Amino acid sequence: MDAASDLTPLDPAYRKVLRIVASIWATIFLIAACVAEFAIPGWHGVVLIPVLILSLLLILRVPQRRWSARGYSMAEERLRVVRGLLFHSDTVVPFGRVQHIDVDQGPLERAYDIATLTVHTAGSHNASVTLPGLRHADALALRDTIRAAIRRDTQ
Amino acid sequence: MEADTQGAPPTAGDARRTDGLSFAVRGVTMLGQLVLPLGFLVYSIAKDDRAGALAYFAPIVIAIIAFNFAIAYASWRRFTYTVGEADIRVESGLLSRSARAVPYERIQDVSLEQKFLPRLLGLTEVRFETGAGGKDEITLRYLAESEGERLRELVRSQKLGETVGAPTPRGTPHDTPGEPPVLFAMGPKRVLTFGLFEFSLAVVAVVAGAAQQFDFLLDFDIWEWREWQRLLAGPGGWLLALGVVGQIIAGALAVASLLLLGLVTGLVRTALREWDFRLERTDKGLRRRRGLLTRTDVVMPIHRVQALRIGTGIVRRLFGWHRLGVVSLAQDSGGANHDAAPFAQMREIAPIVRETGFHLPSGDADWQRGSKQYRIDRVVIAALFLVPVAVGCAVFVPAPLWIAPLLGLAWIAVIEAYRWSHDRHALDPDQLYSRQGWLSPKLAIASRVKLQSVEIARGPIAKRRGYAALHLGLAGGQMAIPGLPIARAVTLREAVLASIGKRDFSALL
Repeated sequence: MDAASDLTPLDPAYRKVLRIVASIWATIFLIAACVAEFAIPGWHGVVLIPVLILSLLLILRVPQRRWSARGYSMAEERLRVVRGLLFHSDTVVPFGRVQHIDVDQGPLERAYDIATLTVHTAGSHNASVTLPGLRHADALALRDTIRAAIRRDTQ
Repeated sequence: MEADTQGAPPTAGDARRTDGLSFAVRGVTMLGQLVLPLGFLVYSIAKDDRAGALAYFAPIVIAIIAFNFAIAYASWRRFTYTVGEADIRVESGLLSRSARAVPYERIQDVSLEQKFLPRLLGLTEVRFETGAGGKDEITLRYLAESEGERLRELVRSQKLGETVGAPTPRGTPHDTPGEPPVLFAMGPKRVLTFGLFEFSLAVVAVVAGAAQQFDFLLDFDIWEWREWQRLLAGPGGWLLALGVVGQIIAGALAVASLLLLGLVTGLVRTALREWDFRLERTDKGLRRRRGLLTRTDVVMPIHRVQALRIGTGIVRRLFGWHRLGVVSLAQDSGGANHDAAPFAQMREIAPIVRETGFHLPSGDADWQRGSKQYRIDRVVIAALFLVPVAVGCAVFVPAPLWIAPLLGLAWIAVIEAYRWSHDRHALDPDQLYSRQGWLSPKLAIASRVKLQSVEIARGPIAKRRGYAALHLGLAGGQMAIPGLPIARAVTLREAVLASIGKRDFSALL
């Protein structure tokens, strides 16, 4: 089960959301860079150009890579969430340990009809495992699957 | 779970007072607020005729202080809190009484706060966050740290829909009437021995710092050997005749007084906390009572025990003393684990471990090491910081100082090498063990079936070097094994997940 091919990729719309969030950050950085550029007399472009390049990377490259680094799997009655580009983490929560489940939608997520599934356990570490970027209907279906598994096991 | 709650009896439904020491804290705070201004007042009013003024004002000052103490004492007496079945109630007020009840469902969280003075005394301020904000929150000022932890744990478990201390449906072998069997107890001698090992470095540091900071309060500088000489010139004048020896003795006196203070603080704190420690096996679980002034009484249901921790100290390890802690459900990881046996020999710990349904690692356990790369990388990372520092020192600072960062690096290398060869973990059919640490190694024992989640985490370096950290979700605590070879991490995860999958969480409660 370690093979990355077992993982279900996230909804492509999530990539767009990541890109929009990155754009917002990039805009903030660019504004700051412009201010800095005006503050420093002469020497034009010494701040703005690196920030511009970084911003382009942040908008064009990073969301794609972040998106492809993420994935989930529901095999064997376990929720497995893989994430992280630099700091990679691979978390598995067996359905039998789930206390409660949240499906959240932020304003951006709602616009693209995606949702974040959060699974809470009684543990202190990883007491809540979040899985963003699911199609809203899929998130609800996942929630029902986990709920059904819990109900079956507790009876 | 909900159905169980209905029939459960109320837990500790009696009214309690805040910790007795909180009265002392209030008194000292008040002295600071009251006595110093009064002193200055007296001083400024009667600069000329001090002796006469003192005779005149002293009774008034003492009366004011006594009056305030009396009020503080009375309001302490009248302030009670009750931990009920459905809510927490606080009653207070000297002349007008006020009572407030907060149902558990409305408590968002319990925050514990330790200010400086309460911190020294091991007290904490417990605030029940209801979202009301500021004044309207219930604040218990001050409770013992353990009591604060207990309340927090209680509220959290109530929010989970359970009742702490409710009779457990299974595992009641000891239904014989009379005294339940005592698993572990500490008499005065043991408590005092324990206290010797609880030498309080923090107090020494604070006092040493304060002595430097407030040296104007003392009429001499304890760091100045000559001052000690001057002091010794009176009755201890013969010491001076000894010359250098006398100076050494004077210096030793300063250090010794600090050490004595640390020792006494450790002794007193330990005695107050651990006096007449008793751990019993009752029907409801492990019942622990301890404390001299504040007696705490905690019941730890056996089936709620999630993991065990066995720790020790740098010095006490040489004498074979260990500490057994119990990690139980819905307990804050920041606070201490439940101490099941704070100061015991391994042969005394073994029966307690058996009683909790766990077992110590067997002699033929398959202990495995972590990744060598992980330890090497840690030394390399330390070197990346310390070598430039050493170079910087060599350039900018007089000669011998550059050696200090390199010594630090060597120290780190020794520690990492030791930890590579001594930090081990093992897996047996129903438990997972992890032993970590250098001078005071800790052993964590987790039940495989009681774990909640498994995470394999790798940073950018770890990914290239083929190791990973294994984080195990544990109810009420944390367990992580850093620097495992990636293949081993995956093996452990599979094994643990297979165990978890066998039983549902509700079957464990």
